[in-house]
Amino acid sequence: MKRIVYREWRIPPTQFWSILGILAAVVSMATLAFGYMEHTGHWVSGMNNSVVWGTPHVFAVFLIIAASGALNIASISTVFHKPIYKPLGRLSGLLAAAMLMGGLLVLVMDLGRPERLIVAMTNYNFSSIFAWNIFLYTGFLIIVIAYLWTMADRQGAAFNRPVGIIAFLWRLALTTGTGSIFGFLVARQAYDAAILAPLFVVISFAYGLAVFMLVLIYAFDEDNRPIGAKIMRRLKNLLGLFVAGGLYFTLIYHLTNLYGAKNDGFELWLLTNGGMHTFMFWVGSVLIGGLLPLGIIYHPELSKERNWIMTACGLVIIGGLATMSVVIIGSQAYPIQMFPGQTILESGFFDGVNGAAAPYHPTIPELLLGLGGVAVSLIITVVGVRVLQFLPESLADDIVALDEELLGEEAFAKPA
Amino acid sequence: MGKIIDMKDDNDAIDPQRRAFLGVAAGVTAAVTVAPGVLLHTVDAAPRAEPVTSDVRWGLLIDTAKCVDGCSACVDACHHENGLNLQTMPAEQAVKKWETQKPAWVRKVKLQDNQTGRMTTLPLMCQHCDDPPCVDVCPTGASFKRADGIVMVDRHLCIGCRYCMMACPYKARSFIHGDVHGQLTSVPRGKGCVESCNLCVQRRDFGQESTACVDACAAEGHHAIVFGDLKDPDSTICKLLNEMPSRQLREDLVLNTGVRYSGV
Repeated sequence: MKRIVYREWRIPPTQFWSILGILAAVVSMATLAFGYMEHTGHWVSGMNNSVVWGTPHVFAVFLIIAASGALNIASISTVFHKPIYKPLGRLSGLLAAAMLMGGLLVLVMDLGRPERLIVAMTNYNFSSIFAWNIFLYTGFLIIVIAYLWTMADRQGAAFNRPVGIIAFLWRLALTTGTGSIFGFLVARQAYDAAILAPLFVVISFAYGLAVFMLVLIYAFDEDNRPIGAKIMRRLKNLLGLFVAGGLYFTLIYHLTNLYGAKNDGFELWLLTNGGMHTFMFWVGSVLIGGLLPLGIIYHPELSKERNWIMTACGLVIIGGLATMSVVIIGSQAYPIQMFPGQTILESGFFDGVNGAAAPYHPTIPELLLGLGGVAVSLIITVVGVRVLQFLPESLADDIVALDEELLGEEAFAKPA
Repeated sequence: MGKIIDMKDDNDAIDPQRRAFLGVAAGVTAAVTVAPGVLLHTVDAAPRAEPVTSDVRWGLLIDTAKCVDGCSACVDACHHENGLNLQTMPAEQAVKKWETQKPAWVRKVKLQDNQTGRMTTLPLMCQHCDDPPCVDVCPTGASFKRADGIVMVDRHLCIGCRYCMMACPYKARSFIHGDVHGQLTSVPRGKGCVESCNLCVQRRDFGQESTACVDACAAEGHHAIVFGDLKDPDSTICKLLNEMPSRQLREDLVLNTGVRYSGV
């Protein structure tokens, strides 16, 4: 193992500014969309009094949980002593901070009264998981910045492990808190399930890693830096494990629901005749986000090709957005069961007449707002790696640490 | 001496002008000193200046047997009382979509029992839970419960996150999706905030009896909704609750709702 050297991202200036220009254009569109929605009111969005959180929240929650997942790479190195991951720690921290910023911006820009953000900062109701999340999110940013300092500064090196452990525990709390936004709601059939918190933790590992791998591979390819087969193998196997974990928790969530008769209606609707939501679940979440990437990752030939691994990462991200749409939008669209054993024949407020789901049709401004959050995350990342030393010069097999998984037992034996 | 006696006589004589002056002066003094006290006392007695106490708990009892299918008097009255009828659909909006976005504090719901086929009609509004999920989840404390049991939104603290709407088991809340024009002084509303039935809180604060929906239902001769103090054993609502079987909607959630239903 050689010394790891970190260098700024040295792509040609024209390419750098082109990337920034495209991202800035997306952010500008999102800003316009925000101004439009706030000026006219939310009636221009597809959201309504039944589906109160829509496409912006799909992007926001995805980015927030992917942020905590991205930090996982650094944790594996610092907390779990896997030196092969050490060169990836800095990018892991940067992506975590960047995606959290992007996600939070989307969340705030969608508020009915965004100008009252100061109210949210000065009035707290501590029985609200939302209020706790404000501290979890800001705390996460501070801890990640401190973590990056311990990784990059010689003086900070001594604090690397303690800060790394705090960051790891904090990110677990953060994702648990995000999952609990939904898990603690007793009102709706799809929520009110404690398993949503661990489910969110596991899928955050997968989404964060998928984003991390795509950014890493793209950045290295553009700058002609080598990534060895060893580290690729480790990363894609880890992704496979997380994706499989997500599928397992999803399975248990639905099995639990199916066991009790009171949730039969919801499960029947979501799994068989929920229209768009059923499609999003089976095709988006299970197939694109789960089975296809797993097929690629564990395929004997495809799993060795970088383009296929990138495809698997892309599928996990698309599937992740579909999963978020099922969890956030699908769960609201299913009518609240206020009168068990009765059918609602008429209602002045869309209470699920004859079991009908609430309508929701996403609009362009909502989509732009969500994409704006992604663009903000990428701008922070691109500028970060360009001006600071986040990326290692090489991840070639002879540079990265020994892969302890491939070593025989004798390598771990104490010297005589 | 004689002069003195004269003077005395003069003094003894009644001076009507002086008396009139003293009378006016006394009257003015009394008015200036006592009247403010009287006025202050009157203001003190105005209910809206007194803190709300938990000596009362306002609630509703809805007798579905008396609720008439096709009647929307309670909904219309609520709209007029709270100015919801003043909010118009944005010109460019599709009617069908606006229907899903316009506010509704109370709505009529018609049900049919899957097993028996029995039909029920009822008004549905905020259930004014004793343990309201909307208050639990609100990050800023904008969603709050008054001491007298009324659950409502502080429109100055609401940031429009809609988490309370996610949490309400009765789908009782509305988000103001568009501009609001020509508001009522007693019910200020604003774009981007969440709102719901507050048991005509403006009437409570002026010591008025009843709510708009109750009055409208009574005016139609149906008397399906009764408003009153759930803590006062002599109130009509308590006596009725003692006499007839009633229940809470989604009582499995144990929210101890302030709105009770009979015949559901």
